[in-house]
Amino acid sequence: MSKRGWREIPIAGIPFLKSTEYHTGDWKVFRPVIDGEKCIKCGNCWVFCPDSAIEWDGDSVPEPNYDYCKGCGICAEECPVNAIEMVR
Amino acid sequence: MQKVVKQRMMALNGDEAVAWAVKQSDVDVVSAYPITPQTIIVERISDFVHEGEVDLEFIKVESEHSALSACVGAAAAGARAFTATAANGLQLMFEILYITASLRMPVVMAVVNRAPSGPINIHCDHNDSMGARDAGWIQIYCEDAQEAYDSTIQAFKISEDPEVLLPTMVTLDGFLISHTLQNVSLLPEEVVHEFLGTRKVQRIKVPEIFGDKEVPLMLNPKYPLTFGPLDLFDYYFEHKRQQIEAMERAYKVIERVHKEYAEISGRSYGNGFIEPYKTDDADVVVVGLGSTMGTAKAVVDELRGEGKKVGSIRIRVFRPFPRELLRKVLSEFDAVGVLDRGISFGHFGQVYSDLCAALYGAKDAPMMIDFVYGLGGRDMPQKLLKKIFEEVLEAKVKGPEPVFRIRGVR
Repeated sequence: MSKRGWREIPIAGIPFLKSTEYHTGDWKVFRPVIDGEKCIKCGNCWVFCPDSAIEWDGDSVPEPNYDYCKGCGICAEECPVNAIEMVR
Repeated sequence: MQKVVKQRMMALNGDEAVAWAVKQSDVDVVSAYPITPQTIIVERISDFVHEGEVDLEFIKVESEHSALSACVGAAAAGARAFTATAANGLQLMFEILYITASLRMPVVMAVVNRAPSGPINIHCDHNDSMGARDAGWIQIYCEDAQEAYDSTIQAFKISEDPEVLLPTMVTLDGFLISHTLQNVSLLPEEVVHEFLGTRKVQRIKVPEIFGDKEVPLMLNPKYPLTFGPLDLFDYYFEHKRQQIEAMERAYKVIERVHKEYAEISGRSYGNGFIEPYKTDDADVVVVGLGSTMGTAKAVVDELRGEGKKVGSIRIRVFRPFPRELLRKVLSEFDAVGVLDRGISFGHFGQVYSDLCAALYGAKDAPMMIDFVYGLGGRDMPQKLLKKIFEEVLEAKVKGPEPVFRIRGVR
């Protein structure tokens, strides 16, 4: 999307998109990849993610949402079975 | 054209005059922290609230930083908000000054000019509000208590104009105006209400969120907006550009509001931006801000009595700086003395450097001399001001050097 000019955006620094449309994770260097074979579905990564960027239904293998994941690696650190690898 | 309304006269000092303006301006929220010489404003407003003479929320806070923050929050909720401070209090607000302007909140603040510490001083100079001149606020410098009253009322109308939406600082010289009694004409309250109306919240379009519907630019659960989020290199500059444009649009609004107010009150201050005094056939003029320019009128009269062609010009609106106007007006004279009750250490006084920038490259630009005076409330008696006028007259013959002069100091 091309960037808008000063005439085309609301004043006062009001965001012009819904907050979910700001992809806050687009600058990450490393992304977490979960190994479904090793994962014990404990939900630790889901609990610890500071950006609520791990999506989990409580039953299946959790999935990182890379739109919002900033690649901090906390999930990989907290995973008790080392099922999460940070990939460049 | 409206008729000038009948007014009552009260003996008020400058602070009280501001408090009366606030009382009459249908203000919703006042949050302020007392500091000399602004204290009387806060005291009078709290008296009005206590006596039930005004229907506003007075928020007591622990600091000026919180006072202005409360005003920003109130204004974001759609309120007409007012605060007042001086010197060190203004400096404690510094972070929020920029935030108020960038969130486009039409907060009005009285700044009772006081020399910043240290050493601690409670008397007048302009270094406090001058330090805040780049924060994005409109600045109006008053000459007396009457003007402080008039300008406070005008400030709400200017700030809240949809073309502007910027906060306004109304400044009055500490003690010289704030604590000296003067006959002040007060408009009837209903006339002020009619002049200002209740604050109308600007409506904006945010198509991606609300479609074609215009939504109020305020904290409103029905149309939720985010105020003050992170704004980095991708859009911060565009938002600053909007502030630059709003300041440019403010010229017209300030002029219009000043004119409309003059029609009901019968009072005007030059054209709203500058107030020339006996400048028509003058060879040299002295330019400055605030109460000193009242003294300057007396000195002009005295020198005119001696056959000298001098005049004075008071700059009333310092931000947005009336640069085109001053460029044109000052080009009429041979020499201009600039009175600065402030100093940018390592440079000139603030008025002088802004005037130099405004007159740069003008074909008939006059020679200009900076006179720094009155720091920390040092008196500017008629005698000293007369000497300054004479120095400017002499410069007309001998040239302007040195252009930087400090007067009234030992």
